[in-house]
Amino acid sequence: MATATGVYNTTYRKDFALRHTRAEYIRLGLLAAVAVWIPYNLNAYWLSYANLILLAAIAAVGLNILTGYTGLVSLATAGFLGVGAYTAGNLSVFYHWPMPMAVAGATLMAAAIGAVFGLPALRLKGLYLAISTFAAQEILSDRFRDWKWLTRKHGTIVTSYPKLGSHVFKSNFEWYWILLVITGLVVFAGINLFRTGLGRAFIAIRDQDIAAEVMGVPVGRYKVLAFSIACGLAGFSGALQAYYPPAQTVTWENYEIAKSFIFVAMIIVGGLGSISGAVYGAMFLTWVPAYITRIGQSLQTSNFSFLIEKLPAVQLTLFGLVLVVFLLFEPRGLARLWQRAKDYFRLWPFRY
Amino acid sequence: MILGFDSNQFVALTINGLANGAILAITALGFVLIYKATEVINFAQGQFLVVGAFMVYNANHTWGLPWPLAVLVGIGTGIVLGLAIERVILRRMIGESTLSVIMVTIGLASALGGVSLGVWGAAGGVGPKFIPSGTVHLFGDVSVAANRFWAIGVAAVMLIGVGLFFRYSRHGVAMRAVADDQQAAMVQGISVNKIFAMAWALAGAAGAIAGVLLASVAGSYDLGMEAFAIFVFPVVILGGLDSVLGTVVGGIIVGLLVEYSKFYLTVSWSVILPFAALVAILLVKPYGLFGQVRIERV
Repeated sequence: MATATGVYNTTYRKDFALRHTRAEYIRLGLLAAVAVWIPYNLNAYWLSYANLILLAAIAAVGLNILTGYTGLVSLATAGFLGVGAYTAGNLSVFYHWPMPMAVAGATLMAAAIGAVFGLPALRLKGLYLAISTFAAQEILSDRFRDWKWLTRKHGTIVTSYPKLGSHVFKSNFEWYWILLVITGLVVFAGINLFRTGLGRAFIAIRDQDIAAEVMGVPVGRYKVLAFSIACGLAGFSGALQAYYPPAQTVTWENYEIAKSFIFVAMIIVGGLGSISGAVYGAMFLTWVPAYITRIGQSLQTSNFSFLIEKLPAVQLTLFGLVLVVFLLFEPRGLARLWQRAKDYFRLWPFRY
Repeated sequence: MILGFDSNQFVALTINGLANGAILAITALGFVLIYKATEVINFAQGQFLVVGAFMVYNANHTWGLPWPLAVLVGIGTGIVLGLAIERVILRRMIGESTLSVIMVTIGLASALGGVSLGVWGAAGGVGPKFIPSGTVHLFGDVSVAANRFWAIGVAAVMLIGVGLFFRYSRHGVAMRAVADDQQAAMVQGISVNKIFAMAWALAGAAGAIAGVLLASVAGSYDLGMEAFAIFVFPVVILGGLDSVLGTVVGGIIVGLLVEYSKFYLTVSWSVILPFAALVAILLVKPYGLFGQVRIERV
């Protein structure tokens, strides 16, 4: 219930705080508790999906920095996942780099290539930029398929488990903790980015780039920088995926245009211009298809077994419908729904 | 013959390229019509090809209709689909951001793709042979499949028709007026809603026709048509997003580029080159060869 008319900060320290109210601290505590609860209580099947969510969230946060905050559309996320994965795979398998170095190298590589494909952003925006990133995606995914030297003619790269001393990380449980820490850091950095001058400049570019230029923001440089941050994070996520068990395989099928669309769908469903929204979106679009697959499997023994062969079609259709419905009815996504629900309960029984 | 250069081969490639370019131009025509009138980039244009062509296949093969009727069924489906999409979805998206509009059409493409995968399956089938499929011998000993000429002919007729429509018909002029300035057009008593609906209906019809031509040139009806339709992007960027003449020039350039690079380089180059050309054009001349240059003010 509404007991105060707002949040008043009386010191600079309070004003700068990431969280302002006690409720926000409680929520953070609950979130941490759930994060600790998950690995002990989910079975291996669902735990692997939790890991996939954490992996996807890294790239989704990057994309939301680019698209949601800087206002530059990118349809090439999957391409940069691929750049990261292929670079990490090559460095670790053919050049025997240890995992952390290979992942760092892959991230830098993706960021550099991302900056190159971000160059059209100097002259273009909106639709034209979207099409140029679409072209980048087509070029990249085609290269993964046709450059045999990327895999030394094996077709795929199979990485080995990451090691620390003599300990080998191969269970979902261990991976969960590693990924939780990494994704947590990425989310934390993402939230903090928009409290710095750089982040504010990104928002200014999104809201009105010509006005931003007039106010002294180097628009061209920052647009390219936004591209390289987003592509770097996508590459980071891709590099980690290259090591993720049980597949540990880099193959071109994983980096097609459809995957890029899924990432854009994540930030739309989650909420454009919201870091936590990117995480919600990653959850939604990873878990829902998993449930559908699960339901499909459970139908195997029932009278509806004819539906199983139609499963890919059903998934494709549902994905499209979810996207369309969100855009029509809640264009600001899950983050906005959450906000509205909070407002409703806080002000209850009043409407506003 | 210099360095093993086979001029007959070259002529055959050119004609195949022109045929592909013609089909691309028709696909791009639908795309440009929608963009010109409504400023929407339609990522679902490829699905218009698939749905239209499969309906023709269905009508001819499953329902046993003669081919002219089947083609009409396909075109009718395209029109109805276009109208429905405009009325139910895109009309609500007026005024939304570029990204939302793009993503809505991507969502649509996915949903329609899922439906056609579910209904018709990925394999497809061999369609009705209503376009003569023999070979034609040209001067010398060049032999080319006759259906290529059909594709070129149909495209030429359609594009000239659309050009005349824009120039002389009341509705065509109204469409251009809306593209130019929506408010001014409304003041003149033009129903912008009707124009939007008309653009989508025409795009649906153009998609269906392109789909049928593509299926008969390629020889089979399958979901690979979607993959073909992504080349519509290089075409429209090359020609300019809002230019009908541009679709012709862009279509021809991309069609030839694909065909030549497939033969003289490798198949993989034939995918890369059009998109590399796209990025290059965007960097040098963002509004394409014939597109309208827009000046932006704060």
